[in-house]
Amino acid sequence: MAGNTGTYLIQGASILGGEPADLLIRDGIIAEVGTGLSPEGQDGDVTVIDAAGLVALPGMVDVHTHLREPGREDAETVETGTRAAALGGYTAVHAMANSTPVADTAGVVEQVYTLGRTAGWVDVRPVGAVTVGLAGEQLAELGAMADSRARVRMFSDDGICVHDPVLMRRALEYVKAFDGVVAQHAQEPRLTAGAQMNEGEVSAVLGLAGWPAVAEESIIARDVLLAQHVGSRLHVCHVSTAGSVEIIRWAKERGINVTAEVTPHHLLLTDDLVRSYDPVFKVNPPLRTDADVQALRAGLADGTIDVVGTDHAPHPSEHKECEWAQAAMGMTGLETALSVVQHTMIETGLMTWADFARVTSAAAAQIGRLEDQGRPLEAGEPANVILVDPAARWTVDPFRMATMGRNSPFKGRELPGKVVATFFKGHPTVLDGELNTPYPHAAVEAGAA
Amino acid sequence: MKHLLSTQDLSLHNAIRILDTAEEMSAVGDREVKKLPALRGRTVVNLFFEDSTRTRISFEAAAKRLSADVINFAAKGSSVSKGESLKDTAQTLSAMGADAVVIRHWASGAPHRLAATDWIDAGVINAGDGTHEHPTQALLDAFTMRRHWAKLSGTPSEGADLKGMRVAIAGDVLHSRVARSNVWLLRTLGAEVTLVAPPTLLPIGVEKWPCSVSYDLDETLARGVDAVMMLRVQGERMNASFFPSTREYSRRWGFDDNRLRALDTLGMKDTIIMHPGPMNRGLEISAAAADSPRSTVLAQVRNGVSVRMAALYLLLSGDSREAAATPVLATAGTAHSTKESI
Repeated sequence: MAGNTGTYLIQGASILGGEPADLLIRDGIIAEVGTGLSPEGQDGDVTVIDAAGLVALPGMVDVHTHLREPGREDAETVETGTRAAALGGYTAVHAMANSTPVADTAGVVEQVYTLGRTAGWVDVRPVGAVTVGLAGEQLAELGAMADSRARVRMFSDDGICVHDPVLMRRALEYVKAFDGVVAQHAQEPRLTAGAQMNEGEVSAVLGLAGWPAVAEESIIARDVLLAQHVGSRLHVCHVSTAGSVEIIRWAKERGINVTAEVTPHHLLLTDDLVRSYDPVFKVNPPLRTDADVQALRAGLADGTIDVVGTDHAPHPSEHKECEWAQAAMGMTGLETALSVVQHTMIETGLMTWADFARVTSAAAAQIGRLEDQGRPLEAGEPANVILVDPAARWTVDPFRMATMGRNSPFKGRELPGKVVATFFKGHPTVLDGELNTPYPHAAVEAGAA
Repeated sequence: MKHLLSTQDLSLHNAIRILDTAEEMSAVGDREVKKLPALRGRTVVNLFFEDSTRTRISFEAAAKRLSADVINFAAKGSSVSKGESLKDTAQTLSAMGADAVVIRHWASGAPHRLAATDWIDAGVINAGDGTHEHPTQALLDAFTMRRHWAKLSGTPSEGADLKGMRVAIAGDVLHSRVARSNVWLLRTLGAEVTLVAPPTLLPIGVEKWPCSVSYDLDETLARGVDAVMMLRVQGERMNASFFPSTREYSRRWGFDDNRLRALDTLGMKDTIIMHPGPMNRGLEISAAAADSPRSTVLAQVRNGVSVRMAALYLLLSGDSREAAATPVLATAGTAHSTKESI
């Protein structure tokens, strides 16, 4: 028996919210799916998990996570960020490139990849920077990152827009050589100089410099046309406006190869919250209006928006305990994503759990070209599985989270849904809603050798 | 009233109360001994993150006329670049026993942060925050308008509002905390406000404000106004494509000599011209307009002290502390809470 991660029999879980069934997980693989499976007759010890009332879903895949390491280990480390991910139901995360140093070389992406393997809580897939130092001037060595052990397929200057149209065109063209994708942070820089919040009725009253929707929409419009022109693959990060949804819908109707993501916070929160001037609500792109929130929900439900990406962005408290204009942009999200999506999409009747699996797992794995993630819950598939209690209700307390970031905009809210267990490659990283142990890479590989 | 942060959340009752109290305070300014013992033993900190000598000395005069101890704390520039955060500054002032903090800050919302957090327990007065609000400026403007309006109708100012008064506010509304505070307060007091500005200097969303908007100053004047308030054009706007040139701005939106004459031609003999200062003579207001008998610029400055006395008095001796003592007779040594023992 190669690589031993044990045997688990999950009994009576509702598969993707459908009929209850049993799942037998053995040595990293879903060995069997059926009814009336019994621990009797299995080789070795079998851990039986009563999953009555729980929903079984594929492990979630985040296309957009900031793990902060290397460089800002006071904000988050790969270890703490991936613990948070496992608790949130994730089995893979894409670590954004804006670390210090920037992940713009094979060396840095391999470092992050190795840190992720060592931590063992989820697959950490580094995102490579599009341009050297995120400076928007010169392409980083995209090919070297693609060929590295980290096998980078997603490239992004996230946090900064690749605003030079020629550079964006070249990046889109170049990544075709290794089936890569450019994930664009769509923000026209001149239209958003000094921007603090969504430009509209609320910013007018608060006297905060506006971040107009057109600054996002104009870049998306340009980029889908560029992607069409060069026949490449474009991913749009954190879509936040109703107009962006319309442009992407139009692009998909024309057959343009574009995918898009929405964050949980943009599915729930609006710029009305900024009236408090509490920087926990400061994020980029900013919280928008209720009309935008409704359009984003509709876009996610009808497939215009492909995935939910957390844009998990932990910050040390001193970067939020200050004036709004001084505060850092960003919110934590790994440990609240499932609950917020259940609240905004499933409990509103817009989506089923099967849809949830598509937007949080299958489509995300497809964008990042992760072969072992986002797979169906069927015999022979890799055992990246989570069990969710949809009836649970909990109150968000940032101080009880695994992430080092205390900047959750959902603080104090009661949300539905709780991750009870996370199986990563057949190993339970989370059991009974608590962290268990990381995946034992070394032991498994020693066993396999 | 625990804080004075904005005029948007100021009720009609409280607005009238501040204005009426300011009338009482202005009588003190007419005395030979311009001093009341009301805030003896209380400490007022002027916390200025942005230069504003005019506002700072106005608050200083107000606090001193009420016998408060005044500490001026000039924390110019970015607090983060100086290494100390607003939180640390606030906690320091709290530890020193500040009873009220008058804060001027370049960042919109900074006074709200002081009031909403547990960094400091003192009353907070917003003395201008970024492009958000400047409530005491709006109150002194309203005070000035109310006196004028009452005089015209031959009734006392006390207790009065501004119902029926037509006010035009012209200039850089987008970046003006004075315009915002005035719009909310004048609405509350019943005046009809028209904002006049180039479209580039009006915020997106202004259409939801409780006022009219015009791009044409002459047309607005021709429709009849009782007060025209000119806003200062900041130097940094001049080269940022908000308008083609200062001369074009001046011709279209400045209160120049032609417009001053137009008030006479149109028969508006009682219309006043206001400006929060400091003025750019020749840009948004001509020298003749600024110096004309219609100008209330100096009256506004004078009234500023009375209004700020009223605000400090109501915050530190008002209803939230009424149980303590009769305010004017309050003795020194009033206890206040501190969060740490020595």
